[in-house]
Amino acid sequence: MTNEPTRTNDPLLKVEGLVKHFPIKKGLLQRQSGAVKAVDGIDFEVRRGETLGVVGESGCGKSTMGRLITRLLEPSGGRIEFDGTDITHLSTGGMRPLRRDIQMIFQDPYGSLNPRHTIGSIVSAPFRLQGVEPEGGVKKEVQGLLERVGLSPEHYNRYPHEFSGGQRQRIGIARALALKPRLVVADEPVSALDVSIQAQVVNLMDDLQDELGLTYVIIAHDLSVIRHVSDRIAVMYLGKIVELADRTSLYQAPMHPYTKALMSAVPVPDPRRRGAKSERILLKGDVPSPIAPPSGCRFHTRCWKATEICRAQEPPLLELAPGRRVACHHPENAPDQAPGDPALASAGEAIEVVDATPKTAASPAVPEGPAPKKL
Amino acid sequence: MTELSKTGAVVDERPGTSEPRAFLDVRDLKVHFPTDDGLVKSVDGLSFQLEKGKTLGVVGESGSGKSVTSLAIMGLHRLGARGRHVRMSGEIWLDGKELVNADPDEVRRLRGREMAMIFQDPLSAMHPYYTIGSQIVEAYRVHNKVSKQVARRRAIELLDRVGIPEPAKRVDAYPHEFSGGMRQRAMIAMALVNNPELLIADEPTTALDVTVQAQILDLIRDLQKEFGSAVVIITHDLGVVAEIADDILVMYGGRCVERGPVDKLFYEPQHPYTWGLLGSMPRIDREQTDRLIPVKGQPPSLINVPSGCAFNPRCPYADVPKGGITRTERPELREVASGHFSACHMAQEERTRIWTEEIAPKL
Repeated sequence: MTNEPTRTNDPLLKVEGLVKHFPIKKGLLQRQSGAVKAVDGIDFEVRRGETLGVVGESGCGKSTMGRLITRLLEPSGGRIEFDGTDITHLSTGGMRPLRRDIQMIFQDPYGSLNPRHTIGSIVSAPFRLQGVEPEGGVKKEVQGLLERVGLSPEHYNRYPHEFSGGQRQRIGIARALALKPRLVVADEPVSALDVSIQAQVVNLMDDLQDELGLTYVIIAHDLSVIRHVSDRIAVMYLGKIVELADRTSLYQAPMHPYTKALMSAVPVPDPRRRGAKSERILLKGDVPSPIAPPSGCRFHTRCWKATEICRAQEPPLLELAPGRRVACHHPENAPDQAPGDPALASAGEAIEVVDATPKTAASPAVPEGPAPKKL
Repeated sequence: MTELSKTGAVVDERPGTSEPRAFLDVRDLKVHFPTDDGLVKSVDGLSFQLEKGKTLGVVGESGSGKSVTSLAIMGLHRLGARGRHVRMSGEIWLDGKELVNADPDEVRRLRGREMAMIFQDPLSAMHPYYTIGSQIVEAYRVHNKVSKQVARRRAIELLDRVGIPEPAKRVDAYPHEFSGGMRQRAMIAMALVNNPELLIADEPTTALDVTVQAQILDLIRDLQKEFGSAVVIITHDLGVVAEIADDILVMYGGRCVERGPVDKLFYEPQHPYTWGLLGSMPRIDREQTDRLIPVKGQPPSLINVPSGCAFNPRCPYADVPKGGITRTERPELREVASGHFSACHMAQEERTRIWTEEIAPKL
């Protein structure tokens, strides 16, 4: 999604060292015994008019991040700045005037619309709550919004159950756009939809961005969708951003081994590329638990390039090329940051990549072992 | 004429069934569900064949009849109180045996032994109250007269084969103690415990992360090579079928609109709906400057399936003249090339022209 060049150079949203830990409480006294480190220190900025894609596997903290920047959750640490204003710890009341500018589109088009309310009342709620009286009345404005997202103004008095998933997602979009926000955070906006409907919604969001000059943060697990919609992309792993780059360079030459593995795992809809399978990096096992993330670089337990320094020292998110930030000691397609370091035993063979060491004692999930043996 | 078969399902009596032409041969399968709102024609005249050692990918949107087809093959529509109301007709031949009209006890003997299924959500497909091991042991002992110890050894062997570490210990774990990918592996182990010749996987990787999906697809591919079974993989993800399938069947509104070798379906598709699917799909393997080309409108209601071609209300080429054929006429599945079938009224030359000149360059 492209947009006209930015008017001012300062970013619309600036995030520094953002942290969210969910406490785990145990026992009669509900003493805190640990914390789920959902988001553990991330920095990024969102420029005016751009689309920032955020991608990662389940449990990497991408949705928590989305709820933090819309301030649906209270951050445990760090700083969020929206258009020059610090909103990190604003109260509900303090946030209210800003709610016009920051809106959210949710994943589940079934759960995010109140089944007892008509479409008209759902889409007009923002006007009601913010005390906005648009020119020509709320009803006219809402009907205009419905038309803009590809629904009919006659839908005003219908209920959510009368609509299909794709139509409901359009209703959610109409509601998010009612007050002409500047920043829209969309958490998996199309993952619940069928392919043909998904394309309709992606195109709609694209058009609306052009028309209204919106800035998007789109959170998704689908790397193909992210590639299509984003200008820049942040890749998250276990509460951290491991790579942040513009779309073209990220997909053509990923620098972080995790990004590379993630991309090579996506099935390519082209049967003639099946032969290229030898290049595939197959990560073994599951993502470790965010309760006790691995020391040093969080990816070192599954990384084929891991060395001693990776286990001991956390790599900072460095700008290794213009506009490309990577947190890795041994990046791909870039000079090695810690040459000559002894490799870890877990790094294993070069390509069919392995990690065999179970490290997630606190997690119910069980990491998987070495390659399966034949019967 | 329909009459009530002994299974409770209403079955069309069709005389003169001929010999099957393939290991799995589905002929004119219809599965209809009567409801208060009308008859839901979930599957409406579906035919396909599948040989051993081959993988068929079934793609289509939600409600196109993919899962209903797989449950019909497994004979699972007859079960349960509501199963009485299912109307099934047509023939399903598996290894020379016809299943639609077969005795339910006979189908039960085949289910799990000759044909097995992997479901989308392993957490709801497994019983939370029993250990993984005991569920696999049960599946094995139903079909084999062996002691519990022997069955347990078999379960451990299978868990090891599907890549679960420390299988001897893990066999006593409960489903909730496994991660999503591990549960899917355990379910594959359960499906394979009797060496089935037909494996149906219904969205086996949809609930999984992409790195785990790659592991599971790899596993299914390896196991198929090893056991030589026939695999039906149901998915909405064209990437998955491109990777794993030999043939693809595209379903729309309960019918097959196109079927053929995977290469043909991706490079010379002959149905406007297949074009629509390819155009709606964002690509990971190339930069798109153009917009996606969505299919307009909504999938059809299965109660009021559009007359004629079910896709005609959404088809951008519905108004192309078709030599006097009206919209209400239903297109038959016709062979356009060896093994490649398509159900469209447009002349084949016209379709080839549209694909090469209008669609392919935009993808």
